[in-house]
Amino acid sequence: MKPTDLGTYAKNTWCPGCGNFSILNAMRAVLAQLDEEGLPVEEVVLVSGIGCHGKIVDYLNVNSFYSIHGRTLPVATAIKLANPERKVICFSGDGDCLAEGLDHLIFAAKRNIDITLILHDNRVYGLTTGQYTPTSPQGFKGKSTPLGSAEPPMNPPELMLVSGATYIARGYTHGIDLLQRLFKEAILHKGFSFVDVLQVCMTYNNLYESYNKCVYEMKGNDTSSFDEALRLSRSWRYDGPDAPIPLGRFYQVDAPSFEEVFPGFELVDLDEAKREKKISEVLERMI
Amino acid sequence: MMKGVASSASQGQSPKARGEKTTKTLGMKVVEGSYAVAHAVKCCRPDVISAYPITPQTHIVEHLSQMVANGEMDSEFLTVDSEFSALSVLVGSSACGGRCYSSTTSQGLALMYEVLYNVSGMRLPIVMNVANRALGAPLNIWNDQQDSIGARDVGWLQIYVEDVQEAVDATLQAYKIAEDPEIMTPTMVCMDGFILTHVYEPVKLLDQELASEFLPPFAPRSILDTADPKTFGAFADPSTYTEFRYLQFEAQNKALAKIERTAREFEETFGRFYGGLVDSYRADDAEIVIVTLGSVIGTIKDAIDSMRAEGKKVGLVKVRCYRPFPVAALREALKKASIIAVLEKDVSIGGEAGLLADMKAAFYNSSIHPPIIGFTAGLGGRDITINDIEKLVKKAEAAMKGIESEFEFLSLRTEIL
Repeated sequence: MKPTDLGTYAKNTWCPGCGNFSILNAMRAVLAQLDEEGLPVEEVVLVSGIGCHGKIVDYLNVNSFYSIHGRTLPVATAIKLANPERKVICFSGDGDCLAEGLDHLIFAAKRNIDITLILHDNRVYGLTTGQYTPTSPQGFKGKSTPLGSAEPPMNPPELMLVSGATYIARGYTHGIDLLQRLFKEAILHKGFSFVDVLQVCMTYNNLYESYNKCVYEMKGNDTSSFDEALRLSRSWRYDGPDAPIPLGRFYQVDAPSFEEVFPGFELVDLDEAKREKKISEVLERMI
Repeated sequence: MMKGVASSASQGQSPKARGEKTTKTLGMKVVEGSYAVAHAVKCCRPDVISAYPITPQTHIVEHLSQMVANGEMDSEFLTVDSEFSALSVLVGSSACGGRCYSSTTSQGLALMYEVLYNVSGMRLPIVMNVANRALGAPLNIWNDQQDSIGARDVGWLQIYVEDVQEAVDATLQAYKIAEDPEIMTPTMVCMDGFILTHVYEPVKLLDQELASEFLPPFAPRSILDTADPKTFGAFADPSTYTEFRYLQFEAQNKALAKIERTAREFEETFGRFYGGLVDSYRADDAEIVIVTLGSVIGTIKDAIDSMRAEGKKVGLVKVRCYRPFPVAALREALKKASIIAVLEKDVSIGGEAGLLADMKAAFYNSSIHPPIIGFTAGLGGRDITINDIEKLVKKAEAAMKGIESEFEFLSLRTEIL
């Protein structure tokens, strides 16, 4: 399978230069590669939320669910529990899953459910045209905060670490090789995997210049160490124009995932005829 | 644009003091609907504003945040993480005695649902503009009125406006109605999303001095006060819960007269009147009367004019106040109609539609018994055109000889079903 096989006929409405294109292209390449390597793309389910990022499921020819604002992870959780064999990948924005859907993010990490969440972290509400979000820097002058946001930003990798996520990484939309590597690692990781993608919004929060100056790739860090991951994730707190910004994998450990320990589910592999019989049995019992 | 417009409203001496006729002193400005509403909110002098951005409400609160930042408003503006938080913030600030404002739409209003009941149950007179928009799924950001019609039972007053000027004027009136000690009921001013929020049209912006005269400072009788401790939102067990609801019900009944009175007082001060509870257009001798809400009224008036020219006796009754439902005013306005055709941008899936059901209920036990038929149209932003209105009138004409369908989707695209 070639990455181009995963395109759709939907017209792309992102702004020219939007960081979402990198995420889309990286994901397309990774899914095509995984398909070649034995993870058929038919086994993958994508879930998105509301915001500019949400349109990504329109542009990938993969099973997908476009959920409501903030509720990406509850939908994905149910999909995963209904069929733990599926690979479930969520796309969510910093507005979508750090504001309205924050509780779900924390619980997904706490449960360590085997879902991958790609955070399109452009640090601004793009679709509603330019208001501050939970990761906007303190003092951010958006349309809802003309005097500057009074709140310090949230630090998503740190939050995920203390919440129980078992794979945590950060990528940048200007750097597609690393992004592909991280996406692949995250998808193949068993447990809740979280990739914070510094995604530049060309229209309302163009941070290319400052990111290009500050990002570096972590090398040789002990990704099994909670303390080291905490130290590195806190080394940049989404503020300050010149602090070095670490990219790459912060943390990866093995731990039982939610669907493995979820009580009451028997994995049954049914053929079509058996499946229909089972459904009619259930229906008869209920009617 | 914004600064120029904002300063025009604040002129040293009030028009009244200068002895001029108020309706002519303020010229019309071509402004965006959202700006005009934000300017009206500014003139209402709210203490606390809290909102979460959602299309097509966003511009209203952005303009307000700019006005607060410019120092034009002495208000606290709280940005929050969701609509649920936005309205919850206002529960706290309203209980402390602050005049409070929010605005939302669609999914945002749906997310507020639990808090809507808290606000009305605690009798907190918050005012909110709803920029009416369709609800998902399927995802749709365009206008219809399923969002606020769906919230008709939450205990808020609901006023639907026809154009930007009325949205401006109704917002000021809403505080006066909501904060009346006899009413103390939150109010939604519902305006069609995009059609009214994003349109630029000539508007007479409110004059701050006249607005302040019209709407005195908020003086609630019962607030959180350490010197006089009380509890808001406490338990009411089965022995008293019903009576709380009864008092809300009674307050809405009292609001009927208050809304009429406020519209008249507004007319005295500002020279504009839109009807109190209902309004009508060429309805006096009309056989076929269309009953509807919101911005579609402009189109209907045009359609009526051309049909009148052809000799068809068609008229319109506009439901300005939907909650409380103005039963007596509607019976009076429609007593001579041969048939009533209800048009609305909502559907009660599994029933018919909100306004139609209320209309039938309003006439069933009365002595007036014209046939009442209903149409849903304009869902998810589809335009309602003059052709649609003419089609509706033809169907109403046919129904005068016998109703074939009590309720239908107007201009349904059967070819894609």
